[in-house]
Amino acid sequence: MTSPMKPLIAPAATSRRSLSATKVTLAHGGGGRAMRDLIDDVFVAAFANPDMGDMDDQARLDLARFTAIGDRLAFTTDGFVVDPVEFPGGDVGKLAVYGTVNDLAVGGARPLHLSCAVIIEEGADVALLRRLAASMRAAADECGVTIVTGDTKVVGRGQADKVFITTAGVGAIPAGRMLGTRRVCAGDAILVNGPIGDHGATIMAARGDMALEADIRSDCRALTPLIEALLAASPDTRFIRDATRGGIASTLSELAGEAGLGIRLEEKAIPVREQVRGICEILGLDPLYLANEGTFIAAVPAEAAAAAVAALRALPGGEGAAVIGRATAERPGGVVLDTVFGGSRIVDMLFGEQLPRIC
Amino acid sequence: MKHADEYRDHDLAKGLAHAVAGQLAALGATEARPIRLMEVCGGHTHAIFRYGLADLLPKSLEFLHGPGCPVCVLPRGRVDDCIAIARHPDVIFATFGDAMRVPGSTRSLLQAKADGADVRMVYSPLDALALARRNPDRRVVFFGLGFETTMPSTALTVLQAEAEGIGNFSILCNHITIIPTLRAILDDPLMELDGFIGPGHVTMIIGTEPYGFIASEYRKPLVVAGFEPLDLLHAIHMILQQKLDGRCEIENQYQRVVPNTGNPVARKAVERVYEPRATSEWRGLGDIALSGVQFRPAYRRFDAEAIFALRGERVADPVECRCGDVLKGLAKPWQCPAFGGACSPEMPLGALMVSSEGACAAYYQYSGLQNSALDAARNKVPA
Repeated sequence: MTSPMKPLIAPAATSRRSLSATKVTLAHGGGGRAMRDLIDDVFVAAFANPDMGDMDDQARLDLARFTAIGDRLAFTTDGFVVDPVEFPGGDVGKLAVYGTVNDLAVGGARPLHLSCAVIIEEGADVALLRRLAASMRAAADECGVTIVTGDTKVVGRGQADKVFITTAGVGAIPAGRMLGTRRVCAGDAILVNGPIGDHGATIMAARGDMALEADIRSDCRALTPLIEALLAASPDTRFIRDATRGGIASTLSELAGEAGLGIRLEEKAIPVREQVRGICEILGLDPLYLANEGTFIAAVPAEAAAAAVAALRALPGGEGAAVIGRATAERPGGVVLDTVFGGSRIVDMLFGEQLPRIC
Repeated sequence: MKHADEYRDHDLAKGLAHAVAGQLAALGATEARPIRLMEVCGGHTHAIFRYGLADLLPKSLEFLHGPGCPVCVLPRGRVDDCIAIARHPDVIFATFGDAMRVPGSTRSLLQAKADGADVRMVYSPLDALALARRNPDRRVVFFGLGFETTMPSTALTVLQAEAEGIGNFSILCNHITIIPTLRAILDDPLMELDGFIGPGHVTMIIGTEPYGFIASEYRKPLVVAGFEPLDLLHAIHMILQQKLDGRCEIENQYQRVVPNTGNPVARKAVERVYEPRATSEWRGLGDIALSGVQFRPAYRRFDAEAIFALRGERVADPVECRCGDVLKGLAKPWQCPAFGGACSPEMPLGALMVSSEGACAAYYQYSGLQNSALDAARNKVPA
């Protein structure tokens, strides 16, 4: 059932095949004409760009483009599954582009190219696939990356949930950029680029099984501009990581563990939108553990913190940037939160998912 | 949210904590002989830890974490019953989320789900009824657990199912009532206790009258409290003031939400559907007479216990766990040999480690800053 996207790309738009079906059937994964129709008309048409090249089994990329930027290649991959597939502020396609772009960006890389493998459930709406492909293209354009190679598979009903997308990405890291947990020192400021938990709360509300209506959108966005601005304002930034699944609590626990330092957080400094706090109060959840899709944690030297926050606040997606705590030599490996109420508590990594409480 | 923030104000808290410290000194309480207050409700336990309340108060006040977390007192045999029902191929088993991880004798519902049982997490029994409506060819069973707080919603759901003539819906009833258990705790000769922080949500239904015996017979003050940290501090202040005045009364700090008369309409629905059960099993505490409810004969067709021939097997609590002692306040979680080793949030042995309202999970997740014994227990290597 291999169906590489590359060989099917016709050199001229006129010879591209078109798809008339409204629902995906197993035939669209069978390697025949139906599959070519799907790939050509939905994905290649949406992603079309010169980097796709001459339609072989692989994209062939000019190294000069990488070496012009930096001295190291960054390479990452991520799988994206979300229910519902489309939600306020984004969809799984957008997530698949931003997520991989962000994983490159938080390492200091400038993202250049992505791959895209799509697993489609039999019965999925072709219109949905077209929307997702268009959404991926728009996100890729916004990030300045191209989708250069890909694959599709169709699986039987119930073997996947509508659409699963896996993207891989490559980028180049400018010489001299050294980000990592080991560079974090006691006294460094810990900052976040904006309100936490928007994505997790949006997805919960959008699933509709809680009859919660909230005016709230996923924070799903490309972090590249924010990270470039942060690194310009604070060139000695030690560490950046996007706080996706498990929320900032998990990212900070990882940081504390890997850096061998303690993290002390100030609860009242952590930005959380009213709507997100409301959802958390109702369900007994903690916003520190809610997923984000456009939120990162950074450690910067204390003296650079003010400049870093100011630079972030000047950009979309950074308006809510704030210093939320500091790295300490005490309690290495642990994260401690000073509560709004004047007490303090440990913030630990969760074992599994947060489960709503009953009373 | 502004409304909630008013009850989390740090400056007000400092003032109130200072006043509480003064009361404790006036009562002659010391770290060696502290005033011991039991917060009955798991929601209170959670709030105490989440806001670090103990940090603000002198060590001459000790919290005992009571049995008011319905998930924590769920016996293992009952989880086995749930799994036995959920394994029927035509059953959709619907439950509140936090019951999913409670360990039975061999597995939890979450593990049963992974093994193929159709277990769904819902947020209300009405969601489970909707599942039954949408899946007429399946039998939908809702796990009805909780105190008086959740009883009216399952009772009303049954009445709704009856009105709509929905025949493929039933409830496995594990509803329990707090009052007999409070009496059992007070009758325990080992129990040393100076007063109760009363459960706000339960009282919203039952009102304050049922607590009367605690003051009149057992001479202990009880103050019904809300769930914000200032509510709790205020309730503590009220209890200590009773002690200073030589009073033993039932008072209501949570009047903005809880009427002293409770909710008679909700109680009526409960009484229509349920009747007292001769005895109910509580994890860690054993059997307590008249501490739970069962379906009245007229509603037995909605009773999953009657529909599925349950073996109803009793499974003893794990021997290495001291859940019962912790529930009664006779031991701190870290004094249990299993704490942090064989029993952790990753692999809960006792139910107190499962829910974030459970005392053990709360200590494990949130505490340990000022307590080296706890810190050591928490970080020990699993055996």
